[in-house]
Amino acid sequence: MKLYDIAHSRAGDKGDTLTLSLIPYAGEDYQRLLREVTADRVAHHLRHNVRGEVKRYELPKLQALLFVCERALHGGVTTSLVSDAHGKCMSGVLLDMDLP
Amino acid sequence: MSKKTTLRIGGGAGFSGDRLEPAVDLVSRGNLDYLILECLAERTIALAQRRKLQDPEAGFDPLLERRMELLLPALVEHRVRLVTNFGAANPEAAARRVQAIARRLGLSVTVAAVSGDDVLDQLRPDLPTLETGRPLADYPGIISANAYLGVDAILPALAAGADIVVTGRVADPSLVLAPLMYHFGWSPDDVTRLGQGTVVGHLLECGAQVCGGYFLDANRKQVPDPAHIGYPIAEVEADGAATLTKLPATGGRIDLRTVKEQLLYEVIDPFAYLTPDVAADFSTVSLQQMATDEVHVSGGGGAPRPDRLKVSVGYRAGYRGEGEISYAGPGAVDRARLAGQIIRERLQPDVPDLRIDLVGVDSVNLGGAAPTTDKECRLRIAGHASDAALAGRVGEEVEALYTNGPFGGGGARKSVTEVIGIVSVLLDRKLIEPKLSLYRP
Repeated sequence: MKLYDIAHSRAGDKGDTLTLSLIPYAGEDYQRLLREVTADRVAHHLRHNVRGEVKRYELPKLQALLFVCERALHGGVTTSLVSDAHGKCMSGVLLDMDLP
Repeated sequence: MSKKTTLRIGGGAGFSGDRLEPAVDLVSRGNLDYLILECLAERTIALAQRRKLQDPEAGFDPLLERRMELLLPALVEHRVRLVTNFGAANPEAAARRVQAIARRLGLSVTVAAVSGDDVLDQLRPDLPTLETGRPLADYPGIISANAYLGVDAILPALAAGADIVVTGRVADPSLVLAPLMYHFGWSPDDVTRLGQGTVVGHLLECGAQVCGGYFLDANRKQVPDPAHIGYPIAEVEADGAATLTKLPATGGRIDLRTVKEQLLYEVIDPFAYLTPDVAADFSTVSLQQMATDEVHVSGGGGAPRPDRLKVSVGYRAGYRGEGEISYAGPGAVDRARLAGQIIRERLQPDVPDLRIDLVGVDSVNLGGAAPTTDKECRLRIAGHASDAALAGRVGEEVEALYTNGPFGGGGARKSVTEVIGIVSVLLDRKLIEPKLSLYRP
């Protein structure tokens, strides 16, 4: 099972920092995401793109998680040589993560 | 209008190149009090600054003319005030242009220009950049510096009775928060309301992104009529709580999912979303679906505004040269890879800063696994160089693969772009003085 099967995500950028929201379709899956989608696991999953720290914010009232990934955009949107300089596609990459 | 207990604000554009007609539809059918147009990304203003250097009447949004020709008649007819940052690097010239369009159309409006965000002459070389900690002195070729202004820059324009308020760099949510403070008389110290108003502003600032735009998925997330998404309207109550909705007979959707995605979009700390106005707390926000395409938003909080303002500094960062070429059939990925190796060898040592992507294999997800069957593969090469001619060699070498590279390469494209980098610094807000200019009919 993939994260894609139970949650959706939107990527955002600020300088060299990538943000990824993670929102379960069903409220009851929030606890499961809390348990299984740790900052460490996300850092490992995105290890080829994200070179800095990954921080996880828990938002129980919204039933959502937010991952803030540093040094994740190849030096930043304006000067990077990659085709998706904003890291917009990384929401899809996150949702490709396997769930146990 | 002052007797109304709610204020209706529409979000008519989420970036400079956004669709034109949704804002006209919002003004014509939305029973709005205010429309906002957010048209200014981080780098947009640096590029606009360069156009202003060449022409003192240039440097505002390139779509201003087309947007205002469509919008002005509807704004006047329905008495909707407009607050927009499409002044970019030259709000005064933008305001004069809007006034000229109004005269040409026979419409009477007062236009305000809000400036003072240009702080280029206040930069000090020792200021540390937020991105790297290195001082500004390490970034030669600085061409622009614009501070993020807040509601205190916009409120005087509203108080002066402007129908249209044109700003340069202001924080996006401030475009919405200023009308709310003006209409409801919120105090600048009322951090809870300022925080909740900033939540509403953040939800409106990206146009369709809260209404199912940038949300659609072929399998998991349905969005009705995505070719004609209706842009958002917030009907805001006196305490800042708001109902988000859109016009009938438009595409898109507004539900808890679309609102949550937008609420957390580009947020690096949901407990303290910093703007010049407030440190807004998004973690306390409560969302409730009231009806189809109607979500009630309340509970946002806040802490006092920062003492220093963020300044975006644009600097010349050389040139980027790019080239692409496609391969198909058996071994396509391997041929693209071989072609990349040839280019790398050809460009050593002149363009050492080179990126080689196999599109469809590893251009986005760098750890992506190679596909098991070859259908087609596009090679993309990007290189950085200090001058345009050198950057141009990247595309030239890719094009030369036609007669020199692996078999079957086709569809070569090349380009050279000047790179304007952006770094940020903080400046004491006492050093930054917003200015207001009024252009009466």
